[in-house]
Amino acid sequence: MEPLKIADRLKERFADEVLEAKEFRGQVSVTIKKNKLLEICNYLHDDQDLLFDYLVDVCGVDYLGKKDKRFQVVYHLYSMRHRHALRLKAEVSENDAVIDSVMPVWVGADWHEREAFDMFGIVFRGHHDLRRVLMPEDWEGYPLRKDYPLKGPEKEWRGFLEVLEKGQKFREFQWEE
Amino acid sequence: MGLITTNTTPSVVETEEIPKIVSPNIIVSSFDLLINWARRSSLWPMTFGLACCAIEMMAVYASHNDLDRMGIIPRGSPRQSDFMFVAGTVTKKMAEIVRRVYDQMPEPRYVISVGSCACSGGIFNTYSTVQGCDRFLPVDVYIPGCPPRPEAFIDGIIKLQDKIKHEQFRWSRWR
Amino acid sequence: MENIEHPENTFETRELNVNLGPQHPATHGVLRLMLDLDGEVVKRCTPYVGYLHRGIEKLGEHRTYFAALPLSDRLDYISSMNNNVGYVNAVEKLFGIEAPERAQFIRTIVAEMGRLSSHIVWLGTHVLDIGATTPFLYAMRERETILDLFEILCGARLTVSYPRIGGVRNDVTQEFLDRLYEFVLDFPKRMDEYETLVTQNRIWKDRTVGIGVISAEEAVNWGLTGGTLRGSGVPYDVRKFFPYDAYDKVDFDVPIGKNGDCYDRYIVRVGEMRQSNRIIQQCIEKLPKGPVMAEEAKFTLPPKDMVLKDMEHLIHQFVLITKGPSVAEGEVYVSSEVPKGELGFYFVSDGTGKPYRMRVRAPSFVHASVLPRLCEDGLIADVIANIGTIDIVLGECDR
Repeated sequence: MEPLKIADRLKERFADEVLEAKEFRGQVSVTIKKNKLLEICNYLHDDQDLLFDYLVDVCGVDYLGKKDKRFQVVYHLYSMRHRHALRLKAEVSENDAVIDSVMPVWVGADWHEREAFDMFGIVFRGHHDLRRVLMPEDWEGYPLRKDYPLKGPEKEWRGFLEVLEKGQKFREFQWEE
Repeated sequence: MGLITTNTTPSVVETEEIPKIVSPNIIVSSFDLLINWARRSSLWPMTFGLACCAIEMMAVYASHNDLDRMGIIPRGSPRQSDFMFVAGTVTKKMAEIVRRVYDQMPEPRYVISVGSCACSGGIFNTYSTVQGCDRFLPVDVYIPGCPPRPEAFIDGIIKLQDKIKHEQFRWSRWR
Repeated sequence: MENIEHPENTFETRELNVNLGPQHPATHGVLRLMLDLDGEVVKRCTPYVGYLHRGIEKLGEHRTYFAALPLSDRLDYISSMNNNVGYVNAVEKLFGIEAPERAQFIRTIVAEMGRLSSHIVWLGTHVLDIGATTPFLYAMRERETILDLFEILCGARLTVSYPRIGGVRNDVTQEFLDRLYEFVLDFPKRMDEYETLVTQNRIWKDRTVGIGVISAEEAVNWGLTGGTLRGSGVPYDVRKFFPYDAYDKVDFDVPIGKNGDCYDRYIVRVGEMRQSNRIIQQCIEKLPKGPVMAEEAKFTLPPKDMVLKDMEHLIHQFVLITKGPSVAEGEVYVSSEVPKGELGFYFVSDGTGKPYRMRVRAPSFVHASVLPRLCEDGLIADVIANIGTIDIVLGECDR
């Protein structure tokens, strides 16, 4: 099915939820509100004409100062049977950075959601094991946010400071004569 | 090697008092030289692949470049190894483990820092990478390159052997 | 008396916690697994990744599209050529330009060479992990040949950065083509050698048949791609589904497995190597003549020899390098088939010369997440087989 037609069907079915459907270079992205995300995903996954059985990717995008709602969670979907693709974008505001986890629909969302939590601080409600995945668990701040400096904050991570201290201590150590 | 060897015929060695004649098949050397010769001829590295350079490290161990001919056999355990290749980007999360593996190695021990990332951070000047593993490890030899060629690896090892050759008393209390 | 009848009452059993990695020869990098063992059976397996997280996505946002190309080399460093091709294809789609036909064929050739070299490393290390040392030494011999060819082509062995946005860095030489063709003709014989050593090997089959089974439906739901998915019988291959470069102009098959176990995935990848060989051969034979760089003054770098001669080109190069090209606002997701699976680049452009958001959809990341599913309720020895069979590279997984 043509991606724009899928967008139209979504608009028909979830008139209040779909904010915008846009095409760029032949790829269609549909922006939605986050409230009924799980319902929409279930519909996309189960409907016989759509059958989006493969969740390609989940990632966050930070639109600091560019949009009203700061974050977007982007889902790339693909259907193995019908061979069509769709991009779903759910808006998440900074104050209420919580969104439903799509793990009940696609198990593969597991680590992608953990990564979005790790990098942007977006909380996925209903995720079974929401921990940091790439950064150490006691890391402060969310690296991929736009206000996070590239070289990291002034304050060094505690775990690395310990290593530096240990290295320094061993270097200065003297054997007793 | 720095050793005086005589093969088949007796040879004359000049000493302070009188020239002495040494019979065949006797090696005269200082203890340091002998120990260092033994040590540098069978260096066992710790296979510590972190990133891209580890792939080149594999290529050096494998059939084409064949480090076995230099007496270098990769070990999986830090407790059996003489030196460590820090091959690849060291991240802050990994730093603690690199240090711990280093601490587990028996003395005397050496570190070869392989590649731009391990030497200086390379192109990854970001929040999560350590800008050079010498910030927390005593590095003996730096091999630049991104990643270094196998020849550079071998050159680095020869440099390390050269360093060991000229060491005195260092094979005791060294950290 | 009671104890004699029930010997299990005389001793206490408990679950054993085993930490595997991050420094372990069989984890293919810095993967760490926590295994809860009941005897030899894995009850729970928790992977920990991120030991090689270098911030490539963040770094990409601070560089122009041209300058972010070398970062893609360091994602999956075993097959950096494929990453480059994936990256430039994604950027070209975002810019709305297309490479000339010759460049597309050259890219296909080098991508397939990258696939061969990656699969060779995979074969060598996977077989080595399971206990056969010899194929590793044979495999590295062929890999050196491919790396030598890369060296003729662009001067680098591993991190090549050879494809460019809008084409490739330089044209191939006749010497390169001759030597590659020689290699291509020779390679099937080498493949037969490996297969003699491994495919029907009794020990190999004992260690891999029926291990790490995952059904087709489940594999799709997990988001597996590449050989790991095709071993389960799903013929999803980006090269066939969304043909890029010259893949629609050559003839090749997509090998698929049936049972979805380690052995089938092995068969699939070995079949892929033969297909790659076929693709390279066809590409050399069909290689068209023409330029290797698109002439889109706004988006592609001018030829280097002209930059040193001509003022206009120099200015042009200067502007592109310092400011970056001016790109239309929008977003694209373009995937390509790398040896590990589907590598996707998702770019959000805000109209400046740097990507606003550069997201890498790394196949290894997904494949590492499926490890608990494959390992749990299996034996601890099979964990090693499972790590090998999903073919992960931690540089790509952690980015």
